Amino acid sequence: MPASAVSLVAFLGLPARASALASRVDALFITQLVVSGLMVGLLLALNLYFLYRYRRGAKVDRRPLEISEWKIETAWIVATLVTFIAFFFWGARLYVDEEKAPAVAYDIAVTGRQWMWDVRQPNGRREFNTLHVPSGRPVRLSLTSEDVIHSFYVPAFRMKQDVVPGKRVTLWFNATREGTYSLFCAEFCGTKHSAMIGEIVVQSPSDYAQWLASDATPQPDRLRGRELFAKYSCSGCHDQPSAIHAPSLVGVFGSSIPLDNGEFVRADETYLRDSILQPAKQVIAGYQPIMPSFQGVIPESDLLELIAYIETLNESTAPTAADAAHP
Amino acid sequence: MSLLAAPIEKPPLPSYLEAGHSVRSWLCTLDHKRIGLLYLFSITFFFAIAAVAAALMRIELLTPAGDVVASDTYNRLFTLHGVLMVWFFLIPSIPSVLGNFVIPLMIGARDVAFPRLNLVSWYLFIFGGAFTLYSIVGGGVDTGWTFYTPYSSTYSNSHVMAMAAGVFITGFSSIATGLNFIVTIHKLRAPGLTWFRLPLFIWSMYATSVIMVLATPVLAITLLLIGLERFFGVGIFDPKLGGDPLLFQHLFWFYSHPAVYIMILPGMGVVSETIAAFARKPIFGYHVVAFASLAIAGLGFLVWGHHMFVSSQSVYAGVVFSLLSFLVAVPSAVKVFSWTATLYRASISFETPLIYALGFMGLFTIGGLTGMILATLAVDVHVHDTYFVVAHFHYIMVGGMVLGYLGGLHYWWPKISGRMYHEWTARISALITFIGFNLTFFPQFVLGYMGMPRRYHAYPQEFQMLNVLSTAGASILAIGYILPLIYLTWSFFYGKKAGPNPWRNPGLEWQTASPAPEHNFETTPVVNGPPYDFEVLPEESV
Repeated sequence: MPASAVSLVAFLGLPARASALASRVDALFITQLVVSGLMVGLLLALNLYFLYRYRRGAKVDRRPLEISEWKIETAWIVATLVTFIAFFFWGARLYVDEEKAPAVAYDIAVTGRQWMWDVRQPNGRREFNTLHVPSGRPVRLSLTSEDVIHSFYVPAFRMKQDVVPGKRVTLWFNATREGTYSLFCAEFCGTKHSAMIGEIVVQSPSDYAQWLASDATPQPDRLRGRELFAKYSCSGCHDQPSAIHAPSLVGVFGSSIPLDNGEFVRADETYLRDSILQPAKQVIAGYQPIMPSFQGVIPESDLLELIAYIETLNESTAPTAADAAHP
Repeated sequence: MSLLAAPIEKPPLPSYLEAGHSVRSWLCTLDHKRIGLLYLFSITFFFAIAAVAAALMRIELLTPAGDVVASDTYNRLFTLHGVLMVWFFLIPSIPSVLGNFVIPLMIGARDVAFPRLNLVSWYLFIFGGAFTLYSIVGGGVDTGWTFYTPYSSTYSNSHVMAMAAGVFITGFSSIATGLNFIVTIHKLRAPGLTWFRLPLFIWSMYATSVIMVLATPVLAITLLLIGLERFFGVGIFDPKLGGDPLLFQHLFWFYSHPAVYIMILPGMGVVSETIAAFARKPIFGYHVVAFASLAIAGLGFLVWGHHMFVSSQSVYAGVVFSLLSFLVAVPSAVKVFSWTATLYRASISFETPLIYALGFMGLFTIGGLTGMILATLAVDVHVHDTYFVVAHFHYIMVGGMVLGYLGGLHYWWPKISGRMYHEWTARISALITFIGFNLTFFPQFVLGYMGMPRRYHAYPQEFQMLNVLSTAGASILAIGYILPLIYLTWSFFYGKKAGPNPWRNPGLEWQTASPAPEHNFETTPVVNGPPYDFEVLPEESV
């Protein structure tokens, strides 16, 4: 069978392992391959033996079995079940472990759009279809899409996350090996889906810091954020004092907010995003749900900058309307 | 099953093929056997178009650059291939062709319960097919057979709605066929043919029919919702309109995962029949195998979320769906073990249907084990939407269903045509299919783990070698498909006369003339024993 010859290549053809997760996934996968190979080998041997020995015309014992069928059936049902459940736990454990990013993760925003990856580094530096990350520390990507569903896939990290429009999802990894690795869009997204590929450049922290600083004119998001804050008329209600009864946004980010239903919610990026797109979902106690939805009004890239601006309102150095006018 | 029926005399009744020769006698027929043949011709036609699309894709993938066709054309090719193969070949293949032909014969009935509805099903199928063909001629569709939103509902500039309408209409054909089979199996069994005397093919067709009737309406609803969004801008799936794109995936896979079992259970039924027939022995663990079909049908409804492990659905939902997906694999494994055990102390002869059945077992086992790998959460995150998945489901659907279909077609060919095909040609053809299939799809497992995403028109250099291998395999596979078309057609006219029971099989369908007379049996057969009772018809007696 050509299968066995090619499966050898499978072992040799494993992609590079460049994240802490990669070797853990490979270990599980290779174990499953070995168990599957044994299973196929056993079935093949049994079948070939039976086919030969019990061929028509051979003089062999063909009396019915002495053991009850039920015992045999039960035996292999239990054996299969135990093996499967073991693999389930192994895979689920790894998946759940990897789900929550460490609190100290380094945040980078990535927006997918037909057909490119638009990356914003924390200092505002932008790059397209390339993502520079420092090695040896957890990096958390904040992923959004401006149009259809894309999927952020780095084979060398054994990592994939669909990027869904109207939603902010995160993906984190700890890149362990410096180098350049493929980045693919794995969810079909239209004409140039197969051209929506790029590179992940893993650098040592010092090289990365140098690269980050090398951009001569990093444009801080918050300046543009302030312009957008005015452009979409957020400032009309949320700048204090205001004629309309709307909450001030200074100090909101990261705080615990009382809602009109008596619950509390932490104002993280997801909350800010929801409050812009679906304002009626979680209303702050003491306010009326009068804010209109900005769903479909604010493009994804503007939304990122608006949220980044709101986050900076915690700092005393937040830019004001005057700064934005005279940068 | 043992019989009280009188031995067959000289056939006083004309066969179903001789019952009328006009075009009208075919297009207005209510005979389940003729309707089965109408399906046979129609699905062969759709299969040919879908296969040409696949061939063009494999040629494109010979080189890393997208140089044979444009990206938009490539995207239309894989959509066309998927839609036609799933809805216009795999789903109707065994149920509508072989099921239609042999279910009434196997249970000793004159016809299905609702012959007119049966004919309506075929017309719906053709009508849906016409819409789909129109969407291709009109410019094609580029969403993939999965129609993911919001791409399909808002962004795609192609004939999405014409194709969705085709699939929508064809869905009703599936529902009607499923309903017909359920009622037929409940109400029209011959006297004495109790549930546990039924051949396993009937059990698997029953389970399949239940899925068709319960799952297909959800697909219809989903496609209607896409129409609402595309035509009237009602926000259901597109977040810009206030919808949720993941809702579509839930609805779509709530149908399409059970549909995967529509595409494999019938193949399992054929394998049970042919292994019993050529091992001349009842299937080991008959009851377990029968209930395994029902278990697959039931559990199959609860695993759709395993298509969405990286979709941003809840982590805990992912964990539950993973567990259930492992559970649904158990009854499938049990079937493979039971078939193997059936060969123990059997009396085996290597006719073509058995070769196909053995091929099925091999490929289905690999498809099933890689399915287990895909159900494993952390591994799926890596291989989801890569060629690993493509290889996996082709092992199940082509390795499983197409081999099952071809095996069944050869097995019942004497009953369909009244003639025998050329045995050695058929054996070699089955072997070519098996080898060509493995060469085509095994390299894709490797490609997938290396990280090659699916639906890529162009790809990085490092994936080329395995893609060339895969294309080479596909050309061998093509020979395995073309050969049966030629020698079966030939045998239909010139083959050796088969006689009523060429396999010396006690099944009811073999206790009447070949080809079967218009109303199947001269006298209603009566059953008084278990299925696969080969003792009644020993090999030696002629």
